[in-house]
Amino acid sequence: MTVVVRAVAAFARFWKGFLIGDAPELFVGTLVFVGAALGLRHHGAVAVVLLPAIVILFLAGSVLRGRDRS
Amino acid sequence: MTTSAVVLALAVFGASAVEMVEALTIVTAAGVTRGWRSALEGTMVAVLVLAALVIAVGVPLARLVPINVLRVVIGALLLVLGLDWLRKAVLRASGHKALHDEDAIFAKTVADLSPGSAKEAGSETAGSWRHGRRDATGFTVAFKGVFLEGMEVVLIVITLGASSGHLALASGAAACAAVVVCVVGYLVARQLSEVPENAMKLAVGIMLTSFGVFWVGEGSGLHWPGSDLMILVLVGVFAMTAFVLSLAMRRLGPSRRAAAAGSVPTE
Repeated sequence: MTVVVRAVAAFARFWKGFLIGDAPELFVGTLVFVGAALGLRHHGAVAVVLLPAIVILFLAGSVLRGRDRS
Repeated sequence: MTTSAVVLALAVFGASAVEMVEALTIVTAAGVTRGWRSALEGTMVAVLVLAALVIAVGVPLARLVPINVLRVVIGALLLVLGLDWLRKAVLRASGHKALHDEDAIFAKTVADLSPGSAKEAGSETAGSWRHGRRDATGFTVAFKGVFLEGMEVVLIVITLGASSGHLALASGAAACAAVVVCVVGYLVARQLSEVPENAMKLAVGIMLTSFGVFWVGEGSGLHWPGSDLMILVLVGVFAMTAFVLSLAMRRLGPSRRAAAAGSVPTE
């Protein structure tokens, strides 16, 4: 394997580990959050309440999933 | 200095401090077993490469990419990172995940690097480079430790610094943390296990998550009430969430499946 291929593979592994790691649900939650933020940007009060709520929901789900795996 | 600048500096300082504690454990182990010269040279080269990355990636990013696009992308990255730190910190605080034990990591690294150990004998650099009082294994281990632990710090410095126009402040906060950790590490004579790493990770996770939510909202065109002050509100909301989740998880105990397996993973 050439140095370039190894470097690209290591780079891809780093980003996969960084973005997904052992909690893919948090990556999905972030995508849902970004989608919701773009969709709710003109709904001030609703967005201010809903956006943090989405984050809390995914965090709680991920922590519970971590309990199942512990 | 604005509220967001203060929280930014605290977040970068905290994140850098946590990662530097982990890097210092590896560098100290390499220094003790393979000699300080090579360990410190490996550390210095890694720090220079990391600083070059901040300049090469952070500065063009802040100047060339439209600010709102930058904030959404960077906010999402901060959110992924912050939520992962928060999740692990809550699981560790509630006893569902083993605490990061720097003493154990130090002892294992020393055992692996000691001359004559199986791992040392099998390494590509074993026995090489030792003639001129330099040791390739010590250099490589220190370089890898600082570089890999520092990559997350670089990402946080670039993302927080570039999106808020405070790249110099973020870099300065990271550098301060590295100096403070080195001084404290030296003063406490390698008792790195005394550092409240999980509490620091919890605090940084809360701040990164708050910044992530704030920047994605700003970048997508949402006007937060109170502008920058909303970051403090978000910090309060996520701190409360982490507290409640930790309490709830402590009461819940392990799931039936986990209890049957009978293990507490460390990573």
